[in-house]
Amino acid sequence: MYTFSNKLKISAIIFMVLGALGIGYGFLTTPSNVDQVKEMMQHENTHENHSVAENTHVEGSNVENHENAESNETATEDAHFIHAFHSLQNRPYAAVFIAMFFFFMLALGTLAFYAIQYASQAGWSIVLFRVMEGITAYLLPGSLFILAFLILMAANGHYYYVWMNPDLYNIHSEHYDKILMGKSWWLNVPFWMIRTFIYLLGWNFYRYYSKKNSLAQDTATDLAPYKRNFKASVFFLIFFIVTESLMSWDWLMSLTPHWQSSLFGWYVFSTMFVSGITVIAMVTIYLRAKGFLPKVNDSHLHDLAKFMFGFSIFWTYLWFSQFMLIWYANMPEETAYFMPRLLGTYQLLFIGMLIPNFIFPILVLMNSDYKRIPWFIITTGIIILLGHYVDVFVIISPATVGNHWIIGIPEIASVLFFLGLFIYVVFSALAKQSLEVKNNPFLKESEHYHY
Amino acid sequence: MSSKTVQAIFDDDDVLLKAVKELKAANYDIEEVFTPFPVHGLEKAVGLKNTRIAITSFIYGVIGLLFAIWMMNYMMVVDWPQNIGGKPSFSFRENMPAFVPIMFELTVFFAAHLMVITFYMRSKLWPFKKAENPDVRTTDDHFMVEVSTEDNVEKLEEFLKNNGAKEIKLKA
Repeated sequence: MYTFSNKLKISAIIFMVLGALGIGYGFLTTPSNVDQVKEMMQHENTHENHSVAENTHVEGSNVENHENAESNETATEDAHFIHAFHSLQNRPYAAVFIAMFFFFMLALGTLAFYAIQYASQAGWSIVLFRVMEGITAYLLPGSLFILAFLILMAANGHYYYVWMNPDLYNIHSEHYDKILMGKSWWLNVPFWMIRTFIYLLGWNFYRYYSKKNSLAQDTATDLAPYKRNFKASVFFLIFFIVTESLMSWDWLMSLTPHWQSSLFGWYVFSTMFVSGITVIAMVTIYLRAKGFLPKVNDSHLHDLAKFMFGFSIFWTYLWFSQFMLIWYANMPEETAYFMPRLLGTYQLLFIGMLIPNFIFPILVLMNSDYKRIPWFIITTGIIILLGHYVDVFVIISPATVGNHWIIGIPEIASVLFFLGLFIYVVFSALAKQSLEVKNNPFLKESEHYHY
Repeated sequence: MSSKTVQAIFDDDDVLLKAVKELKAANYDIEEVFTPFPVHGLEKAVGLKNTRIAITSFIYGVIGLLFAIWMMNYMMVVDWPQNIGGKPSFSFRENMPAFVPIMFELTVFFAAHLMVITFYMRSKLWPFKKAENPDVRTTDDHFMVEVSTEDNVEKLEEFLKNNGAKEIKLKA
C-alpha cells in the first residue's frame, strides 16, 4: 500500500504556496486604468519603436477592433490603448485559466482513457487501473476550480469572454454585432453556464460511479460491479465525446467568438488525450520505481509509450489538418484565428511546439527498445507535457492576452500552483487504497501481459 | 567426416517448441524449422537474430520524404509554377503546407513498398519460385526441424525420438 511520502507532500505544498503568491502578484501588478497602460507603453515604445502599437492590428479577438479602421489617428491610438489595457487586464486571468485547464484536462484525458479500457474490455491495462483512478481524483477539484473561474468570468463584468458584453447584442449600440446576435441562441450566459454544469456533473458522476464499482469489484464474489462499470463506461464515452466537443467550443473556441472550426473539439481532445496518457506513464513509472506496482512489467510501459507516440502523431495530424484547410481556403473569417498564431507574435510558439509535440516524440519513441526505458519515457513525457502546455497557451492567449504575451511570473506561478494541487490530490488519492486490483476478469491477462 | 542433416517431423507445436529448446540446450545445430503457421516464441528458441527490417523501413521512409520534397519543388515551383488557390508565390517555403499530404503519402508509400520488396529479396522469394520445404505436410498440420550433426547420427535420432518426434529421416 502506497503512502504519500512527506518529501513529495511538502514539495506539493511549497508549489502551491509559491504559485498562490505568484498569482497574487500577477493580479496586483495589472494596470488598473488606461493611463497607466499609456505610460507603460510609451515607455516601451521608446525602446521598441512602435512594435507594440503596430502589432495590435493583428489580433485574434477582433470583435472590438473593427471599429477603428477608418477613424482618425488619435482615436485609433486611444482604441489601441484601451485594447492593450483589456489585454493586460486579461493576462493574470488567462495565466490562471491556462494552467487550470491544462491540469484539469490531464485528469479528464486519463478518465477517457480509463473508460476506453473498460468499454473495449482491454486485457493489458488492468494493473494500471488504480493509477488511473488516482489521477482522475483530480477531476473533482479541477472541475470546481474551472466552475468557480467561469462563474467569476460571467459575473465580474470583465468580459474575459468578449461575447459576454451585452453591448454586442444591443442594436442601438455602436458595438452591435450581427454575427454574435445570430449565435446568441447558443452563446448566452445562462445556457452556457447550464451546459458547463452538465459537462462537469456528467464527468464527475462517471468518475465517482466507476471508482466505486472498481473498488467494489475487489471484494465482490461475482462480476456485477465489473459489468456495471462496463455499461457505465460505454454510456460515458458517448456522453464524453459530445460534451468534450461542446466544452471546447464553450470554454475555448468562444474566446474568439466569430471564428469556428469543426475540428476544434477533436483537436482539444487530442491534446487532452496524449497529455493524459503521458501522465499515466509518468505516475506509473514513479510508483513502480518505488516498488508499489510489482505487477507492472516492461510490456505495460511499452504500451503506454506506444500510446504516447501514436497520439503525439494524432495531435500533429489534427494540428495540421485544422491549419491547412483554413490556410488553403484562405477565407478572412476563418484565417482570423491563425493571424496572430502563424504570422503574429505567437509564431514562435505555434510552429515551435511541433518540436516537443511531434518531432521529439517521433524520433525518441520510434525505437521499440526505448519505449521500455523508464528515464527515456519520463524525459519524453516532461517534454510532451511542456509542449502541450504551450498548445493550451496558444489556444487561449491570442484571444485574451493578445500580442502582449510573455511567459512570466503569473504564468509560471499558475502552473506551479496547479501542479502542486495536482500532485497533492493525485498522490493522496493513490494512498487511500491498495494499488493492487483484485477480481477483475481480465486481471490474469494483465499480469501475464507480454508484448 | 562431412556433416549430415536429420529431418524430424512433429505434429504438435508445443512438443516442437520444447524439442527445439532441448536441442539448443544440448548444443545441436538447428538449420531450419518448417511450420504451417507462426509458432509463438519459436524464433527466440531457435536463436534467430532480431530483424533489421525496421531500420530499412525508416531509411526508405526518409528517402520517400526527400523524394517528395524534391518532386513537389520540381513540379510546382521549378518546372511549371501555377497560381493555385490565390497563392502565386512560387516559393517552396510559402506553399509547403499544401505539399505536406504528398510528403506524408510518399513517406508511407516508400517505407511500405520498399520494405515488402526488401523482405521478399531477403527471404529469397520471387514469382515462380519453387517451394523450399522438403515435406508438403509442413504446410498443413506437421512441423519439421532440420538438425545437422557431424558425429553420431543415431544418438541424435534417439534424442529427437525422446523429445516427441513422430518421424525421423536423413536428408538426401
